[in-house]
Amino acid sequence: MTKVQDRTSVDAAEIEKFSAIAAEWWDPAGKFRPLHQLNPTRLGYIRDHVAAHFGKDPAANQPLAGLSILDIGCGGGLLSEPLTRLGARMTSIDAAEKNIGVASTHAAEAGLEIDYRHATAEDLAAKGENFDVVLNMEVIEHVADVNSFSQAACALVKDGGATVASTLNRTPKSYLMAILGAEYLLRWLPRGTHDWRKFLRPSELTSLLRAQGMKVEDISGVVYNPLNESWRLSRRDLDVNYMLFATKPKADLV
Amino acid sequence: MGKKIAEMTETGVVTVKSSDSGRAASEVGASDGTTQHFEILVVGGGLAGLSMSAALASAGIAVAVVDRDDPENMISVPYDGRSSALARGSQQMLAAIGVWPHMAAAAQPILDIRVSDGKIGRATSRLFLHYDHQDVSGEPLGYIVENRATRLAFQAHLPTLPTLTRFAPNELSELQRGADGMPGANRVRAVLKDGQVLTAELVIAADGRNSTLRREAGIRSTNWDYPQCGIVGTVHHERPHEGVAHEHFLPAGPFALLPMTDGEKGEYRSSLVWTESRALTPHMLALDEAAFCAEMQRRFGDSLGRLRMPGKRWSYPLSLMHAERYSDHRLALIGDAAHAIHPISGQGFNLGLKDVAALSECIVDARRLGLDIGSPQVLERYERWRRFDNMALIATTDGLNRLFSNDLPPVRLARDLGLAAVNRMPGLKRFFMSHAMGLVGDLPRLIQGRPL
Repeated sequence: MTKVQDRTSVDAAEIEKFSAIAAEWWDPAGKFRPLHQLNPTRLGYIRDHVAAHFGKDPAANQPLAGLSILDIGCGGGLLSEPLTRLGARMTSIDAAEKNIGVASTHAAEAGLEIDYRHATAEDLAAKGENFDVVLNMEVIEHVADVNSFSQAACALVKDGGATVASTLNRTPKSYLMAILGAEYLLRWLPRGTHDWRKFLRPSELTSLLRAQGMKVEDISGVVYNPLNESWRLSRRDLDVNYMLFATKPKADLV
Repeated sequence: MGKKIAEMTETGVVTVKSSDSGRAASEVGASDGTTQHFEILVVGGGLAGLSMSAALASAGIAVAVVDRDDPENMISVPYDGRSSALARGSQQMLAAIGVWPHMAAAAQPILDIRVSDGKIGRATSRLFLHYDHQDVSGEPLGYIVENRATRLAFQAHLPTLPTLTRFAPNELSELQRGADGMPGANRVRAVLKDGQVLTAELVIAADGRNSTLRREAGIRSTNWDYPQCGIVGTVHHERPHEGVAHEHFLPAGPFALLPMTDGEKGEYRSSLVWTESRALTPHMLALDEAAFCAEMQRRFGDSLGRLRMPGKRWSYPLSLMHAERYSDHRLALIGDAAHAIHPISGQGFNLGLKDVAALSECIVDARRLGLDIGSPQVLERYERWRRFDNMALIATTDGLNRLFSNDLPPVRLARDLGLAAVNRMPGLKRFFMSHAMGLVGDLPRLIQGRPL
């Protein structure tokens, strides 16, 4: 634990928060219900953009076969397990050791091979590792040093590879929905899960990525429908949740 | 009328056992000598179970289907001499999963439905409802197919599906579904009578009205019993039916002759669905052919000429059953295991196919996202999709039976006027027809005739 806490992008208080609820990751009716509900939309976005970028058929049995994917802030493995089933070779890291324990146990039970590591993006970047695709799903809003994090996260993407990020926008609406609504009113998330001041606007996230030589290809909003408790992609409404797909040019094109 | 009985079952015993060492989804269907792993295990090889298996296998899913009956016996005539009315949506679905070409020649299109109100021995009332396929799209309103022909079609089609494995005749001697949060909870493990061990992500109960899997899961059901029986069989008649389905509402209940394809020797044939009081049914069944046919003729009239019935007659007590839930941990109920509906509206098989279409879509959608196909989210979506629809139809069927199995003159007049009124309102009539054709509501892709 100590080694990880020393890293710049990790916030010690944030790790504590998640360790306390790690065992509940896989309870679809529990605290992570909204994440379980969001999962189909996130997975569809990742599958379709990644498959298109690498010239693969998204309707194939294993559309991500042959690709190495890094899941930063993998939590209980809610994304890593499905992506493994879709054929990806997953490396999944989390700064909270307990999450890695929960995730490894669950994957073993499901018969899925996933390389789970208690590590940070900076750890892997320091070792010079890289991947076809790097996922930053619902993590950027939790890191302490956004600049250091994005530098490491982008360094982990192979030339010609891609990154998918999802996060929360910093708008009055996101304050109402994500903080007052989700944490206080609906009690979907434990109070204090999010700090609104850490949220990034799409323009801010885009600049961070561009500074690392990435090309932003798509930004889509993710909108919740309370009537059927489901999420969908929206071209226009980026006010609360949004996802982003960016690519790294091939070395000879830089 | 309509005695309501709540069937209580003791809570099913859930056995917990740690799962076998994991295997990646890409290796499913593989065998390590003792345990064979599949994605889905279907229990029951009736029409619902076979449709479910074929639908899943059409999308490349590794599926095992376990059936108690020997497939060879199932296609013999004495096994089941009944026919089913297939709604348009059902036909589209069977086409989408590749079964229809094997049965198309044995399917009689329904071009016209005539519904009337009557009294035995008298001319049927002049106020009647007439559904013509030209009112909707020019396509047949539905089809009548002998169950045997449908089974033969599956028999021909199943061997062409590489990801489907059939275990028949065989049955489960043990089923473990684990429990939430316990080790091994995300697998089901079944031991067959002959000792083979199968594992899967989800088990689908298609084991009929008295579903053992439903009872073992502690899922209760509500039952309604009616003081009537349905007498069914194949009727030969003198004149061709021209694709017309006749439904007379008699005091004891509906009496229907549904058009079938011509017999082997060119006989004109219709499928009989005759609702009779439970007290009278044994007497009707005991009559010799001539006397039985005379009783039919008294009820039906002579529009098809002389009626004959050389084959067997079957009778079924009319009743409805609805399970209080359609799912449990790693278990989904389909077809008669979830809801059994008496033959008044000929909707049993159609409802089962809708379950199959909806559940296979929920499974395939989850699988294409890499999600756990036996997870509570998948089962929740299926249940939300189907249970309300089935409940609505059960309520309608119950209401129809009460309305039409009634001989009080004011009720009769009201329903005659109602039928005539519906007949004069093209919009309403089209709606009823589309509904009967199974083309209303949030339709699964297969029911729309699209692939999964």
